[in-house]
Amino acid sequence: METPSINDLNICVATENGSGSASSNNILFKAIFKMGIPCSSKNMFPSNIQGLPTWYQIRASAEGYLSRKDVIDVMVMFNDATAAKDIYRVRDGGLILFDDSAPLPAHLKREGVQYIGVPANKLVAKLVPASPLRAKQRNMIYVGALAYLFGIDMDVIKAVLQDTFGNKPAVIESNLACIDAGYQYLKEKGATQNIARLQVIPNGNKGKIITDGNTACALGAIFGGASVISWYPITPSSSLAEALEHYLPRLRKKRDGKRAYAIVQAEDEIAAAGMVVGAGWAGARAMTSTSGPGLSLMNEMIGLAYYAEIPGVFFIVQRGGPSTGLPTRTQQADISLMYGASHGDTRHIILLPHDMNSCFDLARRSFDLADRFQTPVFVALDLDLGMNLWSSEPLKLQKEPFDWGKRLNAQQLEEWVKAGKKFRRYFDQDGDGIPYRTVPGNPHPMAPYFTRGSGHDADARYSEDEHDYKYILDRLRRKFETARKYVPKPIIEKEKGVRTGVICYGSSYEPVREARDRLKARGLKTNHLLLRALPLTSEVPEFLAEHDVVYLVEQNRDAQMAAIIKDEYPGLGAKIISVLVYNGLPVTAGELVRQILEARESAAA
Amino acid sequence: MTDVKRNRINLTEKDYEGAPSTMCRGCGHDAISASVMRAFFESSIDPRKVIKLSGIGCSSKTPAYFLGQSFGFNAVHGRMSAVATGANLANHKLLPIGISGDGDTAAIGLGNFCHMMRRNVNITYIVENNGVYGLTKGQFSATADIGSVMKGGKVNDIPAIDLAELAITLGATYVARSFSGDRKQLAPLIQGALAHRGSAILDVISPCVTFNNHEGSTKSLKYVKGHLDPIHDVDFIPPYENIEADYEEGTDHEVRLHDGSRIVLHKLSKDYDPTDKGQAITAVHAAVAEGKFLTGLIYYNPNRIDFATELDLCDTPLAELGQEDLQPTAEQLDEINASFMK
Ligand SMILES: Cc1ncc(C[n+]2csc(CCOP(=O)(O)OP(=O)(O)O)c2C)c(N)n1
Ligand code: SF4
Repeated sequence: METPSINDLNICVATENGSGSASSNNILFKAIFKMGIPCSSKNMFPSNIQGLPTWYQIRASAEGYLSRKDVIDVMVMFNDATAAKDIYRVRDGGLILFDDSAPLPAHLKREGVQYIGVPANKLVAKLVPASPLRAKQRNMIYVGALAYLFGIDMDVIKAVLQDTFGNKPAVIESNLACIDAGYQYLKEKGATQNIARLQVIPNGNKGKIITDGNTACALGAIFGGASVISWYPITPSSSLAEALEHYLPRLRKKRDGKRAYAIVQAEDEIAAAGMVVGAGWAGARAMTSTSGPGLSLMNEMIGLAYYAEIPGVFFIVQRGGPSTGLPTRTQQADISLMYGASHGDTRHIILLPHDMNSCFDLARRSFDLADRFQTPVFVALDLDLGMNLWSSEPLKLQKEPFDWGKRLNAQQLEEWVKAGKKFRRYFDQDGDGIPYRTVPGNPHPMAPYFTRGSGHDADARYSEDEHDYKYILDRLRRKFETARKYVPKPIIEKEKGVRTGVICYGSSYEPVREARDRLKARGLKTNHLLLRALPLTSEVPEFLAEHDVVYLVEQNRDAQMAAIIKDEYPGLGAKIISVLVYNGLPVTAGELVRQILEARESAAA
Repeated sequence: MTDVKRNRINLTEKDYEGAPSTMCRGCGHDAISASVMRAFFESSIDPRKVIKLSGIGCSSKTPAYFLGQSFGFNAVHGRMSAVATGANLANHKLLPIGISGDGDTAAIGLGNFCHMMRRNVNITYIVENNGVYGLTKGQFSATADIGSVMKGGKVNDIPAIDLAELAITLGATYVARSFSGDRKQLAPLIQGALAHRGSAILDVISPCVTFNNHEGSTKSLKYVKGHLDPIHDVDFIPPYENIEADYEEGTDHEVRLHDGSRIVLHKLSKDYDPTDKGQAITAVHAAVAEGKFLTGLIYYNPNRIDFATELDLCDTPLAELGQEDLQPTAEQLDEINASFMK
């Protein structure tokens, strides 16, 4: 018999989607959070509305690790369809909680694990009149059972129900009755387990928030001044636009008693991108959000915006691709597509948030960068970051003035006239590759120009002249070089004398943090560089140069970021060993440790 | 040059010109540009308040050839509707005019075009309809009539999309058809479209003299001229003119636009009420069956509000709002954070 750990537990709940388990899982997760225990949740759901298997993992981690854990301690076996496999997903010595309303079939019995039954069907039948509600409420039974087994106080559950359904007392009551039934049943039976105890940590999560990356990005966009938003529904990005729909009316001040924003559900992603381009051209802060298939459709517009130099922000919440791929699973496989989006020579700025605060902050700053560089800017998320709930420090607003870039109003143009200067839309006045722009509505006679995706000269005139064309392309390249000085720098953690490096970006950050601790415990110290943007900044080649070997963690098959780095720094690229996770599930530290140690062994052999 | 005609805002016709055209000599598109300039001049519209938008094609190049003092945007093939929608939301105080071709609108851009009309985005949208793709050298477009012959002899055996009918069905609120060569009719129709708030669609037959002007084409100059069927003569009366139009009670029709201007439709052959949707669709059908081009103001709906109004956009254009207007306060973020602690 093992001694129970304190606050270290990984629960996996297996249910059918559409069965209401989202609500019960949420209550369970928030209860653990409310106890002050560091915890995270990962939702692994199918691309379907009802009836397919779904798994929800809740990890409590005394040490504060928030990534998905690959060892499952407790399996809530509430889906018959996957039960035969689920019993083997739980570790030896783990626990299976199942509905024993009917006897457990022989093929679902396994050695080396503890089974605890709770007659959920029977209990709920007593409490809830026959209705579609009954199936949903059944899931509340396991919440109560787990609460009893691991020591979640019913008062905590009540508080969570109050937070969640505060204005619906009837809902609170019916949920509470079912949760309590599960709790009391196991209490009366005297069920026990020796895996873990959950213990309140006073002030443990004090001041912490729970949110998801899509919501944090939507809030960042609002604080960044997004005023024209056009989008087309696609998982896992829809909830970003939906969060905008939810928060804009609450947060954005009215003007003239009316709305100071426009949000449009477009007819397709081409139109969504087209509206962004039209609005950006006309001077608004415009954005869209989408995922891989939508990004593919937006490509022509993105090229136009790049070449005609129109600002716009594109939030890309990556999922398993290509094509429909695994629409509800996570990946970072659209990096190359974003970086070189569209035909012809293009290069784009990409921001790479890795946690809730950077989602908020980089979303906000993306609008400044788009205006400063008059170009599309991508904010790249993935499903894990975008849709899973993360506990986090509260979102912080960096109070900075908006950077509207080199946008000239009529008065400024008049000063130019007085100074004998001419407004030349596509001319590199300052040597940084960034031209000046005017926007429609500017009444100054020098302001208007004709925007086109066709060849144009420095004065925005139609031109197929080879020198004119090359001038613009070269200037665009210079502009991109300038961007290296403006984009967020990587975050580096290093110790003197350590010669092994790890680079990662986005949602890999949390598992990498945990993996590095585990590697350290096994004698391998590593330094770390968290990439936060493309184009690459000078810190990246410096970091490569300082290390003998650098493990680059990314969530795609083809090592897309490694290819970009190797392409830019061929002399240093040989130091990179790619660590790739691309099965669609959130990365685990265990997988990273395994891959890194294997790579070391094979290098040593 | 004291005898140069000036309009109410003291501009001359020259002030509405653009860069020299690069269309083929005799192309219908140039004639439409001339009507566009005339309409803006006559309506005394400040070019600085106009935005010109287009897709890709010969037709879509033409915004460069009029209103050189306005901002212009020649976007990508078929997507002007979406780009114009975005621009309109960013600054609904500006007056958008969109120029497109039948390939641009009826083929690649059909979806976006439909949804722009469904939303009733405020725009004057002119389709310069020649039945072919001019810029890619003469392929059939989706408005080519069944049985019409391509320059090389190929016969089109797929029915045409009738853009006027489509526009009426999908929610456009001002739908007209005209002919590039009929400036007398076209210019006031454009003036009316500019005064209208909502999607004004003008399907203008505009012969491509280079690729679709032969025997067997139903969009050649000769064929079109022989098959025009104007419903009415059109007079546009701007809001500042108090004149009483002399129209015949009971047969002529007067359309009042949002800004107080009026369009007077003088009956030619039949009584026609453009606000009657059913009659409009029937009339378009009947003309097509007879192989005729019904021209004039075919449909007008005074009751629908435009998209920016529907979205309840503030009077100040979104593009002109500053950080004080756009950024919520740190206290508001604190409240959001507090709600995330629950
Ligand atoms: C995505 C894309 N596909 C194809 C083209 C090539 N293209 C340019 S213009 C054109 C057709 C234009 O025809 P229409 O809109 O009828 O205009 P016209 O030239 O007849 O005035 C095509 C197919 C393009 N520019 N972009
Ligand atoms: S090819 Fe046809 S449509 Fe194009 S400019 Fe010449 S005549 Fe006009």
